[in-house]
Amino acid sequence: MAKKKAKEILFDPLFENNPITVQVLGICSALAVTVKLMPAIVMALSVMVVVGFSNLIISLMRNYIPMRIRIIVQLVVIASLVILVDLFLKAFSYDVSKQLSVFVGLIITNCIVMGRLEAFAMDNKPWPSFLDGIGNGAGYGLILIIVAFFRELFGSGTLFNHKVIPQWLYDHGYMDNGMMLMPAMALITVGVIIWVQRSLMPQLTEKE
Amino acid sequence: MELVNIFIKSIFIENMIFAFFLGMCSYLAVSKKVKTSFGLGIAVIFVLTITVPLNFLLNKYLLEPGALKWLSPSLADVDLSFLTFIIFIAVIASMVQLVEMFVERFAPALYASLGIFLPLIAVNCAILGGSLFMQQKGFTDVSEALVFGLGSGIGWMLAIVFLASIREKISYSNVPKPLRGLGIAFIITGLMAIGFLAFMGIKI
Repeated sequence: MAKKKAKEILFDPLFENNPITVQVLGICSALAVTVKLMPAIVMALSVMVVVGFSNLIISLMRNYIPMRIRIIVQLVVIASLVILVDLFLKAFSYDVSKQLSVFVGLIITNCIVMGRLEAFAMDNKPWPSFLDGIGNGAGYGLILIIVAFFRELFGSGTLFNHKVIPQWLYDHGYMDNGMMLMPAMALITVGVIIWVQRSLMPQLTEKE
Repeated sequence: MELVNIFIKSIFIENMIFAFFLGMCSYLAVSKKVKTSFGLGIAVIFVLTITVPLNFLLNKYLLEPGALKWLSPSLADVDLSFLTFIIFIAVIASMVQLVEMFVERFAPALYASLGIFLPLIAVNCAILGGSLFMQQKGFTDVSEALVFGLGSGIGWMLAIVFLASIREKISYSNVPKPLRGLGIAFIITGLMAIGFLAFMGIKI
């Protein structure tokens, strides 16, 4: 693999190599937290921190980890970071941490973290690995925030819990679409995002 | 009666995939053929049924606040719950390894068909999710945890087999180019999830 510049490593995962829409990693815990914008942003930040630092730590240790037990070592590093994030959230924003419930814990098995560790951090220097982690976390967060934006706007007519749909629209018969709050619509929203992205970037279209 | 409730609820109403999106990565990646997805589904049922009750016991006798009371009364206010994630994931990873060796030794035919999927399961969100939901629901009895694990696994297998059979058929139809593959899989899953909403109103 050719050496990439730091800037490319950081910004590639945002669009062209987005972890969710292109690499298909880490959808698991992503969609359930996108009913409102606030938890989605907290989730995005948590994942960014965990991916960034676990990439950094594993990359620092990469020459000392025996190949056979590397998955267990990786899991322990990730799990410790997730515990830190979880305790931090419980201490400083208890409400959001209640809303996220088990999904903070599920960052451990989020395929993004393991995927980036295996694909990048195991054979790259610490600094690029850290950038790669932050970039992938940000690409993941971007999709999360787009989905949450549409779901909150159309589902409850609010953004960050403030009303944004003006009252006169409701007076003329506009109604919030309760369907958007259902888990099913998160999947369809992501499907549509993938559709839009691939129409704009034809090189990503899958060959059959 | 309570057990039947939990069983049916975990298969249909609180389906791992359609209600919580757990295990989506392997769900989308391995659902191209019915046969392989069936194999993965069986492996998930297997591991969930073993790890959920095991983690239930660990949670009850080791991790909960005051759980160490059975050792000696002086340990009554020890709270190890911050270790939950590490213990659960360690149990899952080692159980997967054990199950793999066991199956290889005693059921080589099953091993040949599951082989590649078993190690994948350690990082399947549905497995850890099952254990974390079990902790959150506060089951009182190990049999409830067992039934919950089994039901969640069956629900997951149903979902992946459904998606795989639809995807096998859809490869003959004319899907818009940018939507092919991943995009259409998401939308199909969404529509299936809407179908499963029909179970939501059932009170049992």
